[in-house]
Amino acid sequence: MSIEVEEKISKLTEVQKRGNGLRTEHMVLNMGPQHPSTHGVLRLELELEGEIIKKVIPHIGYLHRCFEKHAEAMTYPQVVPYTDRMDYLGAMYNEFGYAVAVEKLLGIQVPERVDYIRVIMGELQRIASHLVALGTYGLDIGAFTPFLYCFRDREKILNLFEITCGARLLYNYIWVGGLSHDIHPDFVRLTKEFVTYFKPNIKELNDLLTNNKIFIDRTANVGVLPKETAINYGISGPNLRASGFKWDIRKDDTYSVYNKFDFDIPVGQGLMGTVGDCWDRYYLRVQEMEQSLRIIEQAIDQIPEGDVSSAIPKRIKPPVGQVYSRVENPRGELGYFIISNGGTSPFRVKVKGPSFVNLGIMDELSRGHMVADIIAILGSIDIVLGEVDR
Amino acid sequence: MKTAQDIFNILKEKFGNSVLELVSTQPVEPFITVNPLVVNKICLFLRDNEELLFDNLMNLSGVDDANGKTVKAEDGTSKVEGATLSVYYHIESTSLKHKVVLKVSAPVEKPDVESVALIWRHADWHEREAYDLIGLNFLNHPDLRRILMPYDWEFGHPLRKDYKDPEFYLGMKVPY
Repeated sequence: MSIEVEEKISKLTEVQKRGNGLRTEHMVLNMGPQHPSTHGVLRLELELEGEIIKKVIPHIGYLHRCFEKHAEAMTYPQVVPYTDRMDYLGAMYNEFGYAVAVEKLLGIQVPERVDYIRVIMGELQRIASHLVALGTYGLDIGAFTPFLYCFRDREKILNLFEITCGARLLYNYIWVGGLSHDIHPDFVRLTKEFVTYFKPNIKELNDLLTNNKIFIDRTANVGVLPKETAINYGISGPNLRASGFKWDIRKDDTYSVYNKFDFDIPVGQGLMGTVGDCWDRYYLRVQEMEQSLRIIEQAIDQIPEGDVSSAIPKRIKPPVGQVYSRVENPRGELGYFIISNGGTSPFRVKVKGPSFVNLGIMDELSRGHMVADIIAILGSIDIVLGEVDR
Repeated sequence: MKTAQDIFNILKEKFGNSVLELVSTQPVEPFITVNPLVVNKICLFLRDNEELLFDNLMNLSGVDDANGKTVKAEDGTSKVEGATLSVYYHIESTSLKHKVVLKVSAPVEKPDVESVALIWRHADWHEREAYDLIGLNFLNHPDLRRILMPYDWEFGHPLRKDYKDPEFYLGMKVPY
């Protein structure tokens, strides 16, 4: 190389050097809104330098129907079916959270039987939701079989919900002050059968997917989320715990009867790579299913006798005031902020949805990774677009 | 672990007149009202002070207070005055386990509130949502765009109490 050329190259910027003196620019790639791996209607605008991701801009709102505006036009009990339709994979828990919030505002105590049934339903819902998360995550990465196994087991949980309230996806079961129906006479027996049936299946899932070499190669050390960043971004639920932070609303800001049960809060340990990587987030959900089974086993034997509809108020008219109440739903911290002006319908309902918040970390997590890792990262965050857009 | 009263006293000492009052007539949770143009300084103090350590913003919600009073002018026309938009900040400390609620109110004609998006990154999308649905203007926000409504939506902010649906949007009839 002549001195002249060398001099010329030394004056080039860093980006031009990579293009051997030619002008280079980032490529913008559009992913979604109709894409099987976006788990709904989500559009990601990816800014790429070759295969490397420089920036991710999520565009949301395709499913927006303004739940909060609807809620202002409804009476308090009428809002319950609308909450179902936010996180449609964790519908039972959305109702649970709403009921807890309004009860706090009203200052009423529900019968213990109601609390026990709510906890059992909530934990069954958590298992069902995690099964979808784990199954579709495998599907995104390229493992088809675990998806079928997960859905086979989820079906059994949906059957339990069906004999309870007739619905399989959107229940309208947990009401303010009580429940719409008491449990079916067979429910206790069938739930016990399910627990015995499901326990060995977690090991089966581990053999199929968790410890699969290809799966580990795709997910370990990818999308590492440090603890401090996670807290600052408001990340909650399994994603936060996978970063090594022991934080669970069920223990740290307890509600209902969760303080009566003995269960552990699993945290990410970086078994296959770094603490807080995609594999940790995946495996945390597996461990959470085991803990949920433990809670169900304890609760199902202790359901007290009682009337599940005795505490349902005839007319719900909370005093003037406001409340922020949160529960630990399968995806994280689900908060309801309700303002009452003393009327029969809420003045303002604001939902802090865990999926909405967790999706905000996409840009931070994906920078510097390859395009293919976007799928692994997005799947490990486990979002439901119905709740992101509300 | 500190109560809302303790936190109010600490803030009052530090920020003087910017911290307005502690409202504890609420049935459930008391809140502290502060000046919307210094809320970012107060939040930074709350996050970094060693006695407080409010590291987690639980929720940020915008509210249309709909508290305007209709005033009749001399020429017969009437207009609404004194209406405000508010923002509630629910903050907690994960290490010290205490919580506090802050509230700011800004006049509806000029709803300027300082952004806290760079103090807690969590606030970024919540502020965009409040801007989108309520119409609050967050000063010094890194990326204040609409988030849930379409980017070309020009019919106002849907969660305002006086919001009316447009008749047509892109040639499609809106009321059904």
